[in-house]
Amino acid sequence: MDKKIAVQVDDLTVAYNYKPVLWDIDLEIPEGVLMAIVGPNGAGKSTLIKSILGILKPIAGSVSIYGKPYEEQRKLVAYVPQKGSVDWDFPTTALDVVMMGTYGSLGWIKRPRQKEKKLALEALEKVGMLSLKGRQISQLSGGQQQRIFLARALVQNASIYFMDEPFQGVDATTEIAIINILKELRKKGKTVIVVHHDLQTVPEYFDWVTFLNVKKIATGPVKDIFNDDNLTKTYGINYKVSIQE
Amino acid sequence: MDLQEYFSLVFSDYTLRTITLGTAILGAVTGMLGSFAVLRKQSLLGDAISHAALPGIAIAFLLSGAKDSNTLLLGALISGLIGTFWIRGIITKTHLKSDTALGLILSLFFGFGMLLLTFIQKQPNANQAGLDKYLFGQAATLVESDVWLMAIVTGICLFVLLLFWKEFKILLFDADYTKTLGFNTKFIDILITSFIVLAIVLGLQTVGVVLMSAMLLAPAAAARQWTNSLSVMILLAAFFGAFSGVFGTAISASQNNLSTGPVIVLVAAVFVAFSFIFSPSRGLLFKQIRFIKNRRDLELHKTLAFMHHIAETHEDISHPHTIKLLNNFQGFTRKTLQKLVEKDFVTLNGSMWSLTKTGFETAKNLYTKQTTEDE
Repeated sequence: MDKKIAVQVDDLTVAYNYKPVLWDIDLEIPEGVLMAIVGPNGAGKSTLIKSILGILKPIAGSVSIYGKPYEEQRKLVAYVPQKGSVDWDFPTTALDVVMMGTYGSLGWIKRPRQKEKKLALEALEKVGMLSLKGRQISQLSGGQQQRIFLARALVQNASIYFMDEPFQGVDATTEIAIINILKELRKKGKTVIVVHHDLQTVPEYFDWVTFLNVKKIATGPVKDIFNDDNLTKTYGINYKVSIQE
Repeated sequence: MDLQEYFSLVFSDYTLRTITLGTAILGAVTGMLGSFAVLRKQSLLGDAISHAALPGIAIAFLLSGAKDSNTLLLGALISGLIGTFWIRGIITKTHLKSDTALGLILSLFFGFGMLLLTFIQKQPNANQAGLDKYLFGQAATLVESDVWLMAIVTGICLFVLLLFWKEFKILLFDADYTKTLGFNTKFIDILITSFIVLAIVLGLQTVGVVLMSAMLLAPAAAARQWTNSLSVMILLAAFFGAFSGVFGTAISASQNNLSTGPVIVLVAAVFVAFSFIFSPSRGLLFKQIRFIKNRRDLELHKTLAFMHHIAETHEDISHPHTIKLLNNFQGFTRKTLQKLVEKDFVTLNGSMWSLTKTGFETAKNLYTKQTTEDE
């Protein structure tokens, strides 16, 4: 591997109570890949992302971003949480939510100004939501809300993007729009890590994949490791559905 | 004294002025901070905190042996804070849900407080009388220094709110994301909670332990109905709270000294009821009106579509057809036909109708238009 390592995870173990949700995860994500994290419900996919981002505190293990601890590299990382994790009846507009993407670089107390607003409007345009910028967020469809979240992360202009099920509850049009944006990010050399549920679309959308079920089952290029063998190991015995055409 | 007399006296009479100013400031600051509690879905937190303050009042009295309101409020503040952190501890350290933790602390502290109050009442100390006013509050005991204290706390609260506005807003909306941006969410959280506790404690003397949470929630719940902007919501909540304070005091003073706290809460409740019904975008009334109007529009569209279907079979789109033909169709009524004529989609001639050109075009584009409007 001659590529730089964007994200390195060593011996990561996370538990909510006694039972570990993630067990001894070692993971190297090379720069510039578009990677899917797949696994059954409860496999710890979201937990993995949240632990890497410091939202959850691991029991053991460490994470580094381009060779340095995450705390020093925050500005290089953007996060798209699950859409269902927030209350969409919150009194605010689409533009306002996207502006929140600039808060990190602003730091404490400083308010967003014209420059930040411009960045937010550009991001809204990229996700095709410019015409709805003033819309109250509860009046957006599920797909539009997902686009807003994506735009908020785009504003951060990061190098690494973590996305928790960005295709959940969106229609086909939005799914295509989102994946095109992700592919564009990869083209620019960004690293994109996506928790993904639809196994059918993995070979079409992604070039890198990690199989996860509490332990890491496999990680690598989709063309090498996305096979029935790994799927069976991840999802349980006799995984008979052949995904690859 | 009637209301008119009250308003003429409010600027000259010392007691009335003090009480009115106190309840107004209290209403404003609790309305403001209540917005945060409501948006964080911590509506019950206020109730738990105010009840948790009761044993603090009793213990402060037992220790000091005096009824100085500042000492008692300090006790309330300490026990309120202890209650709050126990609630947080229970939620994070056990599997109990937050409503269980709130209910547990609320009843535990309140029970303990009541126990202490009855114990104090049995003491042979003439000083203890009136300590139970903290249960339902007594605005008449407010003095100028109390009002000053409220004003200073409100000022600090306003300053902090403006200073950390952006941080408060993003934490309220998406706490996990806020953390990834590098903000110390625990600090922001403690800041908000501490101010809520402070506002509650300040209100205990006026409104009392039992009704205090209504001061926090009612103005905020009412304000949410009128706006989709956080800043406007907080301003409105402050205004509703202040107005409830003033008007509640006015009513209570003019009606044979009805207990002020409950009247203030009832005035706030009227704001809530009014807002729930009459708010243009979220209110029940306009929702129902919109619903009926939509149904009517749909009926109209269906009739037009049916006519279009018939007209299509003819070369001349405006070829007249008998009204009888429409009888097969269920959604049609005389009234809808009349409406279509008004809109110039249809012309009537005796018992015959024919589509106009605009009517034909509108009908043709009906479905395609609807699908594009949906997106």
